[in-house]
Amino acid sequence: MGEAVNVSVSELEEMARLCRIDIVRMTHAARSGHPGGSLSAIDCMVALYGASLRFDTENPNWDDRDRFVMSKGHASPAMYAILNQIGVLDESDLMSFRTLGSVCQGHVDMNWTEGVDFSAGSLGMGLSFGLGCALAARMDSSERRIWVMLGDGETQEGQIWEAVMAANYHNANNLRVIVDRNRIQNDDFMRVQMEIGDIGAKFESFGWVVREVNGHNMSELVDTFRWTEDEDSGPIAIIANTTKGKGVSFMEDNPDFHGKAPTDEELEVALEELS
Amino acid sequence: MSSPSIGGASRDGYGKALLRLSEDPRVVVLEADLGKSTKSCHFREKFPDRTVSMGIAEQNMMLVAAGMASSGKVPFASTFAIFTERAFEQVRNGIARPGLNVHICGSHGGIHTGSDGSSAQSIEDLSIYRSIPKMTVIHPCDDLSAEELTVQLLANEGPSYMRTARNKVPRIYDDHSKLNLEIGIGSMLEEGNDVAIIACGVMVEQARIASSTLSHEGINCAVVDMHTIKPLDTELVSKLADQCGCFVTAEDHSVIGGLGSALAEWLSSNKPKPLEMVGVRDRFGESGGTEELMEKHGLTSDAICMAARTSINRKKST
Repeated sequence: MGEAVNVSVSELEEMARLCRIDIVRMTHAARSGHPGGSLSAIDCMVALYGASLRFDTENPNWDDRDRFVMSKGHASPAMYAILNQIGVLDESDLMSFRTLGSVCQGHVDMNWTEGVDFSAGSLGMGLSFGLGCALAARMDSSERRIWVMLGDGETQEGQIWEAVMAANYHNANNLRVIVDRNRIQNDDFMRVQMEIGDIGAKFESFGWVVREVNGHNMSELVDTFRWTEDEDSGPIAIIANTTKGKGVSFMEDNPDFHGKAPTDEELEVALEELS
Repeated sequence: MSSPSIGGASRDGYGKALLRLSEDPRVVVLEADLGKSTKSCHFREKFPDRTVSMGIAEQNMMLVAAGMASSGKVPFASTFAIFTERAFEQVRNGIARPGLNVHICGSHGGIHTGSDGSSAQSIEDLSIYRSIPKMTVIHPCDDLSAEELTVQLLANEGPSYMRTARNKVPRIYDDHSKLNLEIGIGSMLEEGNDVAIIACGVMVEQARIASSTLSHEGINCAVVDMHTIKPLDTELVSKLADQCGCFVTAEDHSVIGGLGSALAEWLSSNKPKPLEMVGVRDRFGESGGTEELMEKHGLTSDAICMAARTSINRKKST
């Protein structure tokens, strides 16, 4: 735990590349799953796990670990790829994704997978859960920090804004959110389905500390996550501008790959691009 | 039926239980702007640092409770029964699925709630929560049993839903008899061999009145306070099936999915016996006095008597 803070940006970029390979392999093997939103979120997750999050791979249930709440639970391949990189899961776990009895459930599930802090799958719930973790941490005088990964489409859920309001009211300054702003949701682009506009301004209007970043620039992400470590004036929202399907040309900015696995041929192309 | 000043409403018992539970530092209380109604306000007064106001936002409240439970707290979250239903999917996916120890209390359950009208009278809460795996579902009949059963929830693994009622009813228990209560074990209030009346909530009092009336006709009723709807005390139901051979259920809840349905499900597969259900007949309530509403919806001791006679006749004709 904590050792990862000295990992270099280039090492993190390499870790993200390996995670991307796992994401496409996993979804290909399962013949289902959500590669697009996994590929958009993975750089943020690698930067966070690699540079800031406090955890102990020897003891994944360590009470005072920072929590990572994967609210956009369909991007489970990203979570499993990270857990593989830090040694909590292994290759055979990843390749069993979505099959009967697998520790890699379709949507992340805290009862099935060590290192997963939240059972997701229904959008809009993770921020409230994270707030509960944050309030409990404060009651226990624990310094653990709570990170929540939201999808931008997910912010269409009203419960998100209930939690945004409550986090500020309760001054949950140990609560941090990353919004994976890839601008695409299940059916289509958000601008077609329900565009939310300036998400950062909305968080700000509820009293949150907001920063907007390039969600694929590892150096910028590392700097941002390190900055949050000394920022305690309120709950923090990082709006990460991302590209859905990032790293695989035919998946990039393509709504079709929100919830569709690559075919055999597509896998070959993807792996070539990622090699 | 009378509205006596003696006794208390089951919601009062919930409020008192929270104070007793405060000895355990893990216990926290969540409110959604109805603490004065659900009676969690007494806990707030004494333990403001362990009480979290969520505002009028039930969906958020349920998942905040889940997050706290995942961090070692034992949250008790309350609002009106009907408004817990607004967060049904949050309870299902966010609390029950991971099996977190969150205890939900829905007050103002049933037609008995009275003049607030149909929007406040939950008649389906027991049904929907009973359908969720891992959930314990409880509906106590008076303040003393509500207090006792709420305190017992601390040692109960997994999530629970408890429905309490708004209005006072005469006490069924006293300080001594309440100590025999146990979650999951039906409480035998009267022994009898002709028909078993299985009731919950405010209908337990009506069941006792019905039993008294029927005794004058030479009918001996067994009367059970089935405060725990899930898990159902099937051992007791089985015993009463042999002993009485027919049943009446009585609940201030829809006949679809509640206590009557729970009994019917078990009996039909295990020991088929005549069963008559007294409950809300698949319709909404309205504003009115509690007594006149209960009369209008057939939630009375008279209705239980009629159902008992029918059930006994069905038994005799088989």
